[in-house]
Amino acid sequence: MTTLRNFSRFITDTLRMITTGGPVYYAWVAFLLLLIAFGTNAYIGQVQNGLIVTNMRDQVSWGFYIGNFTFLVGVAAAAIMLVIPAYIYDWEPIKEITILGEMLAISALVMCLGFVMVDIGRPDRFWHIMPLVGRLNWPQSMLAWDVLVLNAYLVLNYFVVTYLLYCAYTERHYVKKLVTPLVLLSIPMAVSIHTCTAYLYNGLASRPFWNSAILAPRFLASAFCSGPAILLILLQILRKTTKLSIKDEAIFKIAELMAYTMGFNLFLTAAESFKELYSGTEHMVYFEYLLFGLKGHNTLVPYAWASIICGAIAFILFLVPKTRTNWVTLNIGCVLIYASVYIEKGMGLIIPGLTPDALGEIYVYTPSITEISVAAGIFALGFLVFTLMLKAAVPMMLGEFTISRGRKGAQAAKPEGHG
Amino acid sequence: MMDQDACQPTPGAPCPSGENNGRREFLGAAVAAVATALTGCGKLSKEEFLQHNFRELSKEEVLTVIERLEKEYKEKFGKEVKVANTPALPGVMFGYALDLSRCIGCRRCVHACVKENNQSRDPEIQWIRVLELEKEEGVNLQHAEHYYNPDEVPREGHFYMPVQCQQCKKPPCVKVCPVGATWREKDGIVVVDYNWCIGCRYCMAACPYGARHFNWGDPQIPSKDVNPETHYLGNRPRAKGVVEKCTFCVQRTRQGKYPACLEVCPTGSRKFGNLLDKESEIRYILENKRVFKLKEELNTQPNFFYFYGV
Repeated sequence: MTTLRNFSRFITDTLRMITTGGPVYYAWVAFLLLLIAFGTNAYIGQVQNGLIVTNMRDQVSWGFYIGNFTFLVGVAAAAIMLVIPAYIYDWEPIKEITILGEMLAISALVMCLGFVMVDIGRPDRFWHIMPLVGRLNWPQSMLAWDVLVLNAYLVLNYFVVTYLLYCAYTERHYVKKLVTPLVLLSIPMAVSIHTCTAYLYNGLASRPFWNSAILAPRFLASAFCSGPAILLILLQILRKTTKLSIKDEAIFKIAELMAYTMGFNLFLTAAESFKELYSGTEHMVYFEYLLFGLKGHNTLVPYAWASIICGAIAFILFLVPKTRTNWVTLNIGCVLIYASVYIEKGMGLIIPGLTPDALGEIYVYTPSITEISVAAGIFALGFLVFTLMLKAAVPMMLGEFTISRGRKGAQAAKPEGHG
Repeated sequence: MMDQDACQPTPGAPCPSGENNGRREFLGAAVAAVATALTGCGKLSKEEFLQHNFRELSKEEVLTVIERLEKEYKEKFGKEVKVANTPALPGVMFGYALDLSRCIGCRRCVHACVKENNQSRDPEIQWIRVLELEKEEGVNLQHAEHYYNPDEVPREGHFYMPVQCQQCKKPPCVKVCPVGATWREKDGIVVVDYNWCIGCRYCMAACPYGARHFNWGDPQIPSKDVNPETHYLGNRPRAKGVVEKCTFCVQRTRQGKYPACLEVCPTGSRKFGNLLDKESEIRYILENKRVFKLKEELNTQPNFFYFYGV
């Protein structure tokens, strides 16, 4: 009974906390809500008229939505980038920021599911894909696997985050025997969500660009750069705006790990490109379309090279200790990595997979205004989820906001009321 | 194992998981209103929303569904549209053969198919794509011209290759569908339950033949052009947001008729028949002509063959 009462107080206090804040917080939330409204409006148009308002067609049947989905699965998976050293090597400086990684994973998953929902032609039939209620084609369909692992990963992260915060709120120490196995479980789960998503493309013999054995390793390598890149910037913002203490050491350690994964990612990309371009079979056309353009169509070419160059520069910046520990070059590196992987795992993966199409036709795809608007709405939703979670979680993690200290404690400790 | 899973029993078999119906009914009803509001489909009825996968429906349920569809089509098009659910005939495995040495690329098959199968006219969906290939290059899809439009066909130095659903024995599209909305019938025809498809388009990515097409917009067919002789798994009018494909004209071929594309072909390039019948023309071709399958290396094992007759 006490637990129940405490939990309901936890919920109401959390709700109260996320609805009160300073002007900066309100302005940010209002901005996100505005973007969400903008995206929703575009989506309503899409539902009424059909996916014809996108620029996807039979030849390029997946586009911007699925590209963003794929990239964000990587971000969600990268939460473990922080969990592995924290728990396996028992490395304290990172441990306290693991919860931030998990919240990032939750937000990324919300966006992933959003992008899948807006991509399907019949959202009213979403229940067909639910286990037991609908008819999930499991284990044959990789998409069925992906639905299961993504949702399981979402539930797992959500549970761990809620439990840890609830313990902090009720001023109790969390039960280590419960948390440690769950956090350890989240490591293979994170690998599995990205592997499943890679297999989703990988298993299609009809698309030689995707039908490569190193697709899943490439997915993981790039995800382990892009996810932490977002976190590194975020950690610096949190250090400045809240009392959360994150040691320089932790940030530099993550940056070092990112250098290795980025190097590995570039190596895998080179291995793939070499195999296709040197052997020069008919499968080469997809790489040609991506890197050099095909039959005069070269929409993707500048993006593809930008991705490679950004990745290479970031790799050097993170590899050299001097630039890794310099805040300016470190942050430039983060932005470059983010840009590089966003292109590579988004449009750079989906579009050349489908162009030229199965019968050799080249349909030049670029997202429509509707697609960009809807995507902006989904990104805003993800940012909103993350903002609200942070708003409640940071004071709880700091012990400023607990069941006995309540709102007053939090406000006294943080009079400026930043999120 | 794949083959067995892909080849499903004839529709109309009793629902294997009857006890789930109560829960499904309840859950379905609860979200029906929400879904209607969310999707802005004012037309979406509760019955349509709750309808189950065709293979799970009992015989009575199939009849109810067909009755509802016929009523909807009558309201929409102002004329009687018959929806059949003729099952696969025992001892029949349909096969198709196309004579590349005869085809002149006139595209009459493309248009006859649209007329027969109630595809959207605006934007027009075509289930057959005729490729213009260079004789010097052979069957090299990277050199295919999709939108050739000369004054007269065949063009000098070119040959023509119509591509449609190859009705694979190991269909990758069926394997990847996350909800089992598409399957291979006992007579070898790969079909789609348009009322179960969620429109994820995974099958389109998986198909090596570009045979699957999506209703990107609301399909438009003038009432006068609607073919009223339809099949549930074949040419009945579709809604927006679902995938469709060639079914070897299931509404015709299960009644012993030829597919529309074959009947209209002026050169006799198209041959169709029962692969299990030793006396059939299709068997004669397979045994006596040089036959190949498109993208044989992918092991999709099509029941659609190309050959050189002369």
